[in-house]
Parts: sequence; structure tokens; C-alpha cells
Amino acid sequence: MTAFVFYVFAVLAVASGAMVVTARNPVHSVLFLILTFFNVAGLFVLLGAEFVAMILVIVYVGAVAVLFLFVVMMLDIHAVNIREGFVKMLPMGTVVGLVLFAELVLVVATWGFGPGIEVARAAPMTTGLTNTEAIGVVLYTDYIYLFQLSGIVLLVGMIGSIMLTLRARSGVHRQVALEQATRPLSDCIEVKKVATGKGI
Amino acid sequence: MVSEIPNLYPALPEILLALAGMALLMLGVFHKTDGSRLIGNLGAAVMIVAAVLVVVFGGARQVTFNGLFVTDSFAVYAKLMVLISSAVTLLLAVKWLEQENIIRFEFPILIVFAALGMCAMISANDFLALYLGLETQSLALYLVAAFQRDTVRSTEAGLKYFVLGALASGVLLYGVSLVYGFAGSTNFDVLARSFAAGEPVSPGVVVGLVFIICALAFKCSAVPFHMWTPDVYEGAPTPVTAFFSVAPKVAALALFLRVMISPFGDLLAQWQQVIIAISILSMLVGGFAAIVQTNIKRLMAYSSIGHVGYALIGLAVGNQAGVSAVLIYLAIYLLMNIGTFAVILSMRANGRMVEGIGDLAGLSKNRPIMAAAIAVMMFSMAGVPPFAGFFGKFFIFKAAVDAGLVPLAVVGVLTSVVAAFYYLRIIKVVYFDDPADQFEPMPTHARFVLGVTSVAVVIFFLFPLPQVLVAAGNAAKALFGA
Repeated sequence: MTAFVFYVFAVLAVASGAMVVTARNPVHSVLFLILTFFNVAGLFVLLGAEFVAMILVIVYVGAVAVLFLFVVMMLDIHAVNIREGFVKMLPMGTVVGLVLFAELVLVVATWGFGPGIEVARAAPMTTGLTNTEAIGVVLYTDYIYLFQLSGIVLLVGMIGSIMLTLRARSGVHRQVALEQATRPLSDCIEVKKVATGKGI
Repeated sequence: MVSEIPNLYPALPEILLALAGMALLMLGVFHKTDGSRLIGNLGAAVMIVAAVLVVVFGGARQVTFNGLFVTDSFAVYAKLMVLISSAVTLLLAVKWLEQENIIRFEFPILIVFAALGMCAMISANDFLALYLGLETQSLALYLVAAFQRDTVRSTEAGLKYFVLGALASGVLLYGVSLVYGFAGSTNFDVLARSFAAGEPVSPGVVVGLVFIICALAFKCSAVPFHMWTPDVYEGAPTPVTAFFSVAPKVAALALFLRVMISPFGDLLAQWQQVIIAISILSMLVGGFAAIVQTNIKRLMAYSSIGHVGYALIGLAVGNQAGVSAVLIYLAIYLLMNIGTFAVILSMRANGRMVEGIGDLAGLSKNRPIMAAAIAVMMFSMAGVPPFAGFFGKFFIFKAAVDAGLVPLAVVGVLTSVVAAFYYLRIIKVVYFDDPADQFEPMPTHARFVLGVTSVAVVIFFLFPLPQVLVAAGNAAKALFGA
């Protein structure tokens, strides 16, 4: 049964992954990407990594893919233009792809662990914790350095996106309550003496 | 489940940089007027204080944060170079950006975070820590490259650097994941132990190692991963180019040394040819491509590619003498580059910045002292004794010959003859060509920096060389002692 479910998820993940790069319409590509994420999340559940599965769905589907969708829709990309160089690039791309594939085959064909390496491999925790708890236990203790450093990376990214895009535009009307309340009366009202029958 | 607090003392400089970066950010946001200059000075001061902390709490090898972070004499040496050069270039940069009226307070803060990332890279004892340090540094660098956001050149430089840098990070992660999959750990100590056991290494580890080398070669702009360097150097604002050519280069090479020697030291036979090839290519490209350049920032880009090639000879040697030679070379390289960029940052004629080599023509008639300083820097870069540059090359070539890598040393000597051509051409332009427009007087900052560096380059064999020799020797010993 598990094997059957695995094959369903795996086949769907690979098929929709292929559709991401071949679909003509970029919006369809993003939708297939979301389907891929769901299937991979399913594979994670089969592995017993339910936390990673949930994070994948929440972060990648909920935030990243939806953001992609917005960007794709707003930029209004024409798929035809993207494919212009396809035939020209095909031979080069095929060569690079084949070389990488050959390397992967070489690597996987000789898969094996030396006796000394087996010991060094990180041992899983066997204390009966759920894996959400297990991640929580190590994330803020053993890996606090990495956690904090990731925070700094995000902070730098935030500073950068503000720095590169924020412009102080002139001529924008903005309400400043303090200025309004402390405005002297002389600035607001001008008393004019109107001569009869003449107007201002 | 209560766990004990990790030993924070070895990481105090990094903690200081992180906290100071955030505090300066607050200061910048809430400062009534434009506080850029204040923040720039404070940022430089923070880096100097961090350098003091590095010396005070460094020294003997200490590992903390569950084996993710390490300090030793090697880290102390590299961090001192990074922090001091960052502080100096930051001061020069703030002055220049103020003059050009494009300063914003984020600039010094990004430099502080870049310095934090570089320190984290140097002290990484685990591939995860390495990756995060590298990303902190790289993100900050992409941003400062695109800092002049209203000019096409600068934004193009930033974008190009970002796209290629992101690709290099991807390659690095791919390599790391292969090594993790086949060797079972990302921790440098654990990896070193398992490779030292002398079992046959699986091809997976070697393929992963090659990917890691590619990514690190990209980060220190070694050929054939150097394509971005001339464009980014030319497009980025000049003080940013000055910064790029010193601190990040040192940090990337220090990281290269640590990764190759510490976890993969026992696999020397596997990676030596790769490093030799990269080194020879870098020296050739650095030598020949620079000849046709007319823009001085592009010239410095090719020059730095060549210098990385020489430094990598020391890594290819792969023993203690080689590493110590690289560290000496880097210190000298810093000195020469900071001095040269102090000049380039002051190339201002008729109220605007110029960056052509032709603009230096006849400088000796108008500004004789500036001209003399350039001549000293160029002689030193070309490796003419008794200037500092000669000693850098001398120790590198000596280490290579002692280790039997004579062909590598011969290529090095030949390409430095080629490189001497374009360094000497600058001296010829400065002294023997008809004067171009007169430069405005150098700002005080730049004059001070240029004075100190040129004196240091001239009397290098008397004053800092003996001390640098000892420090570099200790640092190299620490890297191999682990």
C-alpha cells in the first residue's frame, strides 16, 4: 500500500515538474509548480517527516508560489519571446545536461559507505519525540548560531530591498496630526475687510 | 530539556558586529538629519573594536556553538586583515560618497554586516555555518554594488553579480549536499577524521569537492569563474570597487584555505591538480587581459584576478609553508590595493570623477607626491625589489619550488613579467606623457591612507615583514595542527 502511494506521489511530482518547464502559459507553469510541491509534501509524509511536509505546503505553496503567481500575472510575460533562443541553445544545453547526468550516474553507481564513515553519520533521535518537537529541541540550542545567522541574512535582505526601492517622492500629501494641531491661528484664517459693493 | 549556554567568548567580535549593525540601523532610521557620516565613523570604530576583541579573545584553538564555530591563530590573522581593511575602505568610501552626494545611511551598515559575514566565513567549522556566513557577506555585497541605483552601470553591476553569485551559491550547496551524502557529516572536524582514516574516497565526495571548489573560485574571482569581476568592478561605485578588491577577496581566500586544508587536507592528491589549473589560468588571464584595458577600475579587476592566481599557488602547494606564504601575500596585497585605491578615489578633475588611465597622464608635473606614491604602488605590484610586492611573490615561489612544483613557479614568474608591462605603463603615463587636466587636491583621509600605505610598502622588509612572517607562520601552523 505504501509503495503504491509512493509511486502515485512520485509519478505525479515528476510529471508536474516536467509540465512546469514545458507549459506554454507561465500561469499554468506556476500552477503545476504548486502541484509539484503538494506531491513532494506527500512524499515527506511517507518518510515520516510531517513537519517538513507542512512547512513545504505553508511556506512554498502558501507564500512563495502565490507570490510567483502575482509576479507572473503582473509582468504579463509572453511565452513566445522566452522560447526564441530555444533551438539555438539546445545543443549546448544538451551537452551540459548530458555531462551532469553522466557525473550523477558515475556517482550513484559507486554508492557506498566506508566503515569509518558509517560511524560519523548523524544518528537520528530515538526518544519518541514527534519530529516537530525534535527540531525545536535542537534548533534553539545546538544550532542557535545558524538560526541567528539566518536571521541576519534575512535582515540584510530586508535592508536591501528597502534601500533599493524606497524613494522619498515629493508632492505626496500626507496627514501630520501634530502639525495640524499646532498650527498657529494666523496661518489658517485671514481677516479681510471687504468694502461694500466691491468684493475682494 | 535544558541545555547549557554555549561559550560566547570566542564569538564576541561577531556578536559585537551583529548588535552594532542593528543599533546603527536604529540610529540611522530615527536620526533627525542625515546621519550618514556619523554612522560611517561609528561603523569603522565598531570594526576596529571588533579587531581588538579578535586579538584579545583569539589565540589558542577554541570550538564553540556545538562545533559550528572555531577560532584559532589562522582566524585571528584573517579577521584582522578583513576588519582593518573594511574599516579603512569604509572611511574612504563615506567621504567619497558624500562628495558625490549619493550617500545614504544604509551604506556603512551594509559594510558592517558584510564584515560580520566575512568573519563568520573565516570562523566556519561546518558547511552550514560556511554557507550562512557566505550568504550574509554576498547579499551585502550585491547591495552595495547596486548602491548607485539611479545609474544604469551600477544597477547592472549589482544585478549581474547577484544572478551569478546566486548560481555559485547553488553550486556550493549542491557540492555540500554530495559531500554530506557520501561522507555523512557537514562538520569539518568529523570530515577530517573520517578522511584521515585513509579509506578509499568515494567518487561522490570528489565530485562534491569539485563543485565546492568551483563555488569558492567564483567567490574569489579565479579563472574560469572570473567573468563577473571586470564588469562589477567597473560598474560599481569606485569606493565599493575598492572594498571589493580587498576585504571580501581576503575572506574568500581564507575560507578557501580553511576548507581545502582542514576537512579535505588528506585528499590533497584529489584537489591539487584542480587548484594548479585554476591558478595557472588566473595568472595568464590576469597578465594578458589587463594589457588592453583603458579603464583603471577594469585594470585593477584583472590585476586582482592575477593576484588571486599567485595566492592559489600557495594553496596548491598544500603544506604549511605554502599556506603561510599565501597569508603573507594577502597582507601585502591588501596594503598595495588600499594605497592604489586611495589614489583612484582621488582622481577628480574639473569637478567630476575620472577613471581612465589616460587621465593620469603627466601627473608628476601637477601632483609630484601623488605621482611618486602611484609609482611606488605600481613597482610593488609588479614585484620589483625592495618593495613589499616582491616579498609576497618571493615566498610564494619559494614554497612552490621547495615542494617540487617548479613548472607552476615558472609560469608565475613569466606571467609576472607580462603583468609588469601594464604596471610599468601606468608609471610611464604618469611621468612621461603630456599633462592632462590637473586633479583636485586629495582629501585628507585619502592622503593619510596613501601616505601610510606607501611608507609601509617601501620599508616593508624592515618593519612589518618580520612580524607578519611570525604571525603568518603561527596561523598556518594552527590550520595544520587541528
